[in-house]
Amino acid sequence: MADTGTETHVEFRGVSKTYDGRTMVVRDLDLSVRKGEFFTLLGPSGSGKTTCLMMLAGFEVPTAGEISIDGRPVQNIPPRKRGIGVVFQNYALFPHMTVRRNLAFPLEVRGVPADQQSERIQRVLEIVRLEGFEGRRPSELSGGQQQRVAIARALVFEPNLVLMDEPLGALDRRLREEMQFEIRRIQQDLGVTVVYVTHDQQEAMSMSSRVAVFHHGRVQQVAEPEVLYEEPEREFVAGFIGDNNIFRGRITSVGRGICEVETPDGIVKAFPVGECRPGQDAVLAIRPERVGLAKPGLFSNEFEARVDGILFIGDHLRLRLNLCGNSDFIVKIPNIVGHGALLTGDRVSVGWAVTDCRALPLDGLEESPEAELGA
Amino acid sequence: MARPLSGARLRAAALTLPLLAFVAVTFMAPLGSMLVRSFYEPHVADALPQTLESLRAWDGSSVPDENTFRILATELRLLDQQRKLGGVATRINRLEGGMRSAIMDTARALRDAEPDSWREAMTAADPAWGTEEAWRAVRRAGERYTMRHYLNALDLDRDPSGNIVAQSPERRIYLPLLLRTLGVSLAITVICLILGYPVAYLIANASPGRSNLLLLLVLVPFWTSLLVRTTSWIVLLQNQGVVNDLLVAVGVIGDDGRLALVYNMVGTLVAMTQVLLPFMILPLYAVMRSISPTYLRAASSLGATFPQGFVRVYWPQSLPGVAAGSLLVFILSIGYYITPALVGGRTGQLISNMIAYHMQESLNWGLAAALGVILLVTVMSLYLVYNRLVGIERMRLS
Repeated sequence: MADTGTETHVEFRGVSKTYDGRTMVVRDLDLSVRKGEFFTLLGPSGSGKTTCLMMLAGFEVPTAGEISIDGRPVQNIPPRKRGIGVVFQNYALFPHMTVRRNLAFPLEVRGVPADQQSERIQRVLEIVRLEGFEGRRPSELSGGQQQRVAIARALVFEPNLVLMDEPLGALDRRLREEMQFEIRRIQQDLGVTVVYVTHDQQEAMSMSSRVAVFHHGRVQQVAEPEVLYEEPEREFVAGFIGDNNIFRGRITSVGRGICEVETPDGIVKAFPVGECRPGQDAVLAIRPERVGLAKPGLFSNEFEARVDGILFIGDHLRLRLNLCGNSDFIVKIPNIVGHGALLTGDRVSVGWAVTDCRALPLDGLEESPEAELGA
Repeated sequence: MARPLSGARLRAAALTLPLLAFVAVTFMAPLGSMLVRSFYEPHVADALPQTLESLRAWDGSSVPDENTFRILATELRLLDQQRKLGGVATRINRLEGGMRSAIMDTARALRDAEPDSWREAMTAADPAWGTEEAWRAVRRAGERYTMRHYLNALDLDRDPSGNIVAQSPERRIYLPLLLRTLGVSLAITVICLILGYPVAYLIANASPGRSNLLLLLVLVPFWTSLLVRTTSWIVLLQNQGVVNDLLVAVGVIGDDGRLALVYNMVGTLVAMTQVLLPFMILPLYAVMRSISPTYLRAASSLGATFPQGFVRVYWPQSLPGVAAGSLLVFILSIGYYITPALVGGRTGQLISNMIAYHMQESLNWGLAAALGVILLVTVMSLYLVYNRLVGIERMRLS
């Protein structure tokens, strides 16, 4: 991993944005991105992540709050003077220009001498592995190649901050995976800070140094991908990142690193996250692969349930149970029992460890998108 | 396509038959007939067959022989009886002034006469018959296939020995008018582009609600009757009109110094620009709407100022619309008739007004047709040049 400094590169402080004066697209956002980091804004569409990116690029003005780059507020700096490379969703390559002219554009408007221009263009084409395509027009390139040109164009004037707005959205799956590696490699080679927007959690997990999960204009959690997966702090994050079995219950007791939650099928022992107090309702989340077929004494949580459905995947089986009030409780078990050892309608005993089941405080009503401005 | 036409496709093609028939009857046939009229004029040839036969051997250096006089007199009398003489006389008159009265008078004088010398009788009825010019006019008017309308339309003429020569400068009408028409059309196109481009840009980049409103403002005049619009310009621009009154009231001009804004070239330019502006704005708008605003954002993120981004990124992408709008406005204005006829006065007339004049007033359809053909050829060749320069395939109307 490139050396991710601790120096702050980009900072959002109390940033809010509304277009119509009523609906908040981004609400009271605090974020800080470190130098050299691959920072991803992840969230479903309409969660405010692209708006954040556009505010950082200077195309949108925050309704409230302050954005600073390298410690300097950028409110009054127009986009062209921010020196940020932007890769747009549909690339925005200039269709009437060849690849070379597209790449020369930022250099020409900056007054870079002609000999340096071709040198830099050559270098950046090497970086994106697109030598020999200088004379083509964007329409003569494949999607992946256009993508590379767009990245090259955002890098050619040597910015130290590059923004990418769902850059892989238009590519097919295989190409997307290839480009994920490419973008990550380029970012690490050059050591630039990347702020990346995507709604694809797998993409976010595989590329990012850190991820900010957006929902309804608020950041739910900012963390390294592994932490997001293993230690979600909010119901939305638990549900959005990877598969999770989510169910509800009421907390009956809270101890150190353990709490007991009452569910329709009995008491579940779970790991309490955040403010958990007895008597509170809580959301419980357990990943399908962390649930196993129980052997006596193996798990501190053990339940018996009927198998409502079996999906044979190959290397594993997915069992669908009705458990703890969740009729779609999925259990993923490695295929060591063999096909046919379990049948729909069988009763199985399943269980999980306390630390794998997280008890999260309920997401409050404050998350509704219609919240009044300045309330 | 190598595949033979299937029944379904034939049936589909058959649906276009009414349109094809309509176009053939109402457009192709009249157009063809006008084209033919520009070089085919059988009227005199059919009326005076024997005279023309007799004149075929005539060398044109002196007055023809007695026999020719007799034949002409006989045929003129016959035409007079059939009441067809007027049309023939008018056509010959176009080639030589005074021939209409010469023919009509002669026919009247000879109505019942059987003179010994037809030459003396005719020369007595009208002395024109004693000149070679009169007979040359008869012979030329009798040419069934003729170039004279084209020569006329291009301000050329034949000298007595038949060579093509330019008209004397004071008699040149049509070429200067054609040039003026091209110049005015070009000016209108440029003005429309200058006025229309920012409007189209505004409409294409406004919020949906506002863009609909603006588009409506462009379209409402477009839906208004052309006559109403043109006559409103008279109200605005005339000597005692709104514009002059306003200028006088503000004190820019004195009451005795009112500007002549209508019934001249200014009137034609102003009114035609307003009438044709939607034809510029709409194709521009159609193209601009397809240009994503992201391009300008990308340009500014890459360090370009708005003018730089506009000139190098937006303008080139809007060129297909510029090309389409300009071509549309230019071609429409080259053949424009009503507006210059109403507000052009004497100096603001265009070539189409002259064509209309020959169709409706002088009834010289052959000349009108020749002018029409020249106009058509001019437009076609400009289109070809334009296609060569801009490329029609790059042009988009919507």
